[in-house]
Amino acid sequence: MTATDAVAFTAAQAVDALARGDLSAGELFAAYRERAAGEELNAFTWVAEEAPAVQDGPLKGVPVAVKDLFCTRGVPSQSGSRILEGYRPPYTATVVENLERAGTTLLGKTNQDEFAMGSSNENSAFGPVLNPWDRGRVPGGSSGGSAAAVAAGLTPWAIATDTGGSIRQPAALCGIVGMKPTYGAVSRYGMIAFASSLDQAGPLTRDVTDAALLLGHMVSRDPRDSTSIGLPEAIRLPDARRLDGIRLGVPEELSGEAEGIEPGVMEAFEATLRVAQELGASLETMRLPHAEHGLSAYYVLAPAEASSNLARYDGVRYGLRSDGSDLVSLYTQTRHDGFGPEVKRRIMLGTYALSSGYYDAYYGRAQKVRTKIAQDFHEAFERFDFVVTPTAPTVAFGLGTKVHDPLAMYLNDYCTVPMSLAGTPAISIPNGLSEGLPTGFQIAGPAFSENAILDAAHALEGAIGFDGSRAFSRGGMPSTPPERGAPGPLGL
Amino acid sequence: MKYEPVIGLEIHVQLGTRTKMFCGCELTFGEPPNTRTCPVCLGLPGALPVVNARAIHFGLMTGMAMGSELAPRSVFHRKNYFYPDLPKGYQISQYDEPLCLGGRLGDVRIHRVHLEEDAAKLVHVGASGRIHSSSSSVVDFNRGGTPLAEIVTEPDLRSGEQAREWLTLLRTTLRQLGVSDVNMEEGSLRCDANISVRPEGTTELGTKTELKNMNSFRFLERGIRAEVARQIELLESGGEVVQETLHYDPRSERITSMRSKEEAHDYRYFPEPDLVPVRIEQAMLDEARGAMPELPADRAARLEREHGLSEASAKQLAFRAELGDFFEAALGSDGDVPAQPLAHWVTGELVARIGDSDPGDSRVEPVALAALVGMVERKEVNQGGARQALDCLVADGGEPRAIVEAQGLGAIGGEDELSGVIDAALAANADAAAKIQGGNEKPMGAILGYVMRETKGRADGGEVTRLVREKLGV
Ligand SMILES: [Zn+2]
Repeated sequence: MTATDAVAFTAAQAVDALARGDLSAGELFAAYRERAAGEELNAFTWVAEEAPAVQDGPLKGVPVAVKDLFCTRGVPSQSGSRILEGYRPPYTATVVENLERAGTTLLGKTNQDEFAMGSSNENSAFGPVLNPWDRGRVPGGSSGGSAAAVAAGLTPWAIATDTGGSIRQPAALCGIVGMKPTYGAVSRYGMIAFASSLDQAGPLTRDVTDAALLLGHMVSRDPRDSTSIGLPEAIRLPDARRLDGIRLGVPEELSGEAEGIEPGVMEAFEATLRVAQELGASLETMRLPHAEHGLSAYYVLAPAEASSNLARYDGVRYGLRSDGSDLVSLYTQTRHDGFGPEVKRRIMLGTYALSSGYYDAYYGRAQKVRTKIAQDFHEAFERFDFVVTPTAPTVAFGLGTKVHDPLAMYLNDYCTVPMSLAGTPAISIPNGLSEGLPTGFQIAGPAFSENAILDAAHALEGAIGFDGSRAFSRGGMPSTPPERGAPGPLGL
Repeated sequence: MKYEPVIGLEIHVQLGTRTKMFCGCELTFGEPPNTRTCPVCLGLPGALPVVNARAIHFGLMTGMAMGSELAPRSVFHRKNYFYPDLPKGYQISQYDEPLCLGGRLGDVRIHRVHLEEDAAKLVHVGASGRIHSSSSSVVDFNRGGTPLAEIVTEPDLRSGEQAREWLTLLRTTLRQLGVSDVNMEEGSLRCDANISVRPEGTTELGTKTELKNMNSFRFLERGIRAEVARQIELLESGGEVVQETLHYDPRSERITSMRSKEEAHDYRYFPEPDLVPVRIEQAMLDEARGAMPELPADRAARLEREHGLSEASAKQLAFRAELGDFFEAALGSDGDVPAQPLAHWVTGELVARIGDSDPGDSRVEPVALAALVGMVERKEVNQGGARQALDCLVADGGEPRAIVEAQGLGAIGGEDELSGVIDAALAANADAAAKIQGGNEKPMGAILGYVMRETKGRADGGEVTRLVREKLGV
């Protein structure tokens, strides 16, 4: 078997090939290591020199790429920030431990927006990540490195985190599958925090089966994370081909050109809705009355928590320390030098929102909006199995086109933030191309409905027949511009 | 004008849990620096807190002891500020939903009791031991994350002495509960006082200052006294008290301002998102209630009621539980010994000999003290002899009757034995005898002195006086 053949396998296929003996763990690791070490997308911030000792387990010998912000013992874990440059933690995040116990091997750490704050991966202290579909464009964020690495075949799969869309949006922009599970399904212990009440780890994979396989090994109830609850039932590998009897709600607030969703993205979305109907699903337009305020609430709550979570980076114990003549100047200079502009912006936003005299008007009110949005979803799921939306309002945009316009950048998360606020699970699957670039279709379900979501996604995936392999060859090769005006959603 | 001090206390008590408030590090005192740490209590990126259930249990017991209203759930907030002893940049503490609200201990109303984590220990290298003039500072995170109960009283205290007394009651209560070893020297109890004064007879509160760093019971009393005096002097000289935080230096007895108002913090409290609110289940309440021992105030009332002790004796025994334990053991070992004299011997003579140490650890067996007090009551030994016997018990232990006999400390038994000695004394002091007969009792001392000399102090003074009067027909 050639290295090219080996990396063509999905992770689930690789598991089978390894089990049959068609492939050795060493070969597989070497094939990916070579690609990851030689990549030109800036997707990795660190690549393993050699495969660590592998534990016996169901995923034995399958490499995995891990977003930079997961603490991995002795390995750089910098959360995309200069303030943690070179930081090697003395312990490993629970979710990474879970995967190691399942037999995976750590291939490398992937680039990300600094402290997971961003939608383009341009906020990384280690440079932007390029989208393998078009290197002039962003891969989305904040998990841009993980998403680009999976899309370009630099890793079989990757784990990442989603706070307001940081898994789903880059999955959409890179033409892969990304899932944010129910808040609490996966332990946050060892995940360098952005916004504690929203951060949730999940898989980025080439297909829905891999997403189920990886997620199943990530989930756990962790005594070290009081907010972790695991899942009431184990994740199954999805096998659904039909959507008979499935009721899909299409929220007016999150699916329309008036909401800033590009025509090409809308076209792909509507095409997928027709596919769903053909598979037996019923469709109804519905309302999530408070969803349109989601972004505003999110940009109060997430920065508020971040302003506190990031207070520990003070130069005293670890990471960057800038010289200061006294304590206050040590603090200010370290944080001045260590944090990038977007992080500073959000720390200031959050600090302001929590200040006495402003707390009720900002943080308090945003919490109320959050409760209302959760109620909206709760009521919706009494009538619908799933709520479906386009994942991101646009396809991958040009590098540098939105960096100076934070509001335009924030709108990337318009369709993904409401589920984050509600704490409910959602998946993004690739559902076609617009202008030759992938689009994403989001399926959101009630809390703990991961298996049902994966089944529905699996049925749609089969019918859509999206071919993501065209981004493969572009991971480690000079840029080739994508064909403009490529055909619409494939397989339709 | 006369002024009345108004004092409230804020007490931080380190709870005696096995592990820290939010991580599994063991709590020990005196370990080498930074050897009791983990990612959680070092505030490393990605680490998360988990509430120590034992600390909640201790908090509930403390609230129950004070009759507080117990919160239906335990909720934590983040108190945000930067300081090198605070590795996360925030302290996890309780804010608007303290675990215990209201209540009373002794004469003092309790405002609230809440749980939080302790900061690490900052050691300033340099002569003064304070941050501003030190050349560098080092942090020891062993203490960081220790569970603390912050107990806030209402301003019900009126003097430093009363504050000291009340704090003793609090210490005993917490020790009895077993929630803390409450050792001020090791820093497991720290006390700040909010102090103001007002003209006697008025009810409006004056401007208060917060006095910090009173790390012993003595310094608490002295510090408050000094600050009250400072405020009164200020007001009498036409000045005004400024609201500020003050530092009391026990060595110089000087009070200095710690920080100015401009540096007042906005702590940006918000609910700790890493911890879910925990409902206080009935089972937790039952467990806490089941673990409640008899508390000092209840014990004092019982000692008064059951044994007819004076209020003062009952409190002295109950507020130092080890004395109460010794007293009750002694009482139980000897059905005949009267309670009040026994109480006096425990709180008076015995404490005078063993100080602050636990009489249970001394060589004096409770049954021995009871026997000695019984001998005194039966006049088998006089006070002086009994004190000497107690010296021997404290030094070597043993049985009092044997000591009294061996050392010849026993009282001269009965009239017959004394009679001859008294006759001799009267004969040798004829002048004195005549004066006494004439109604002047002053020379009785001379007669007594003679008898005591002759009996080597074993005679009972009262008995001698009685017999002298009888013989002289007075
Ligand atoms: Zn610890």
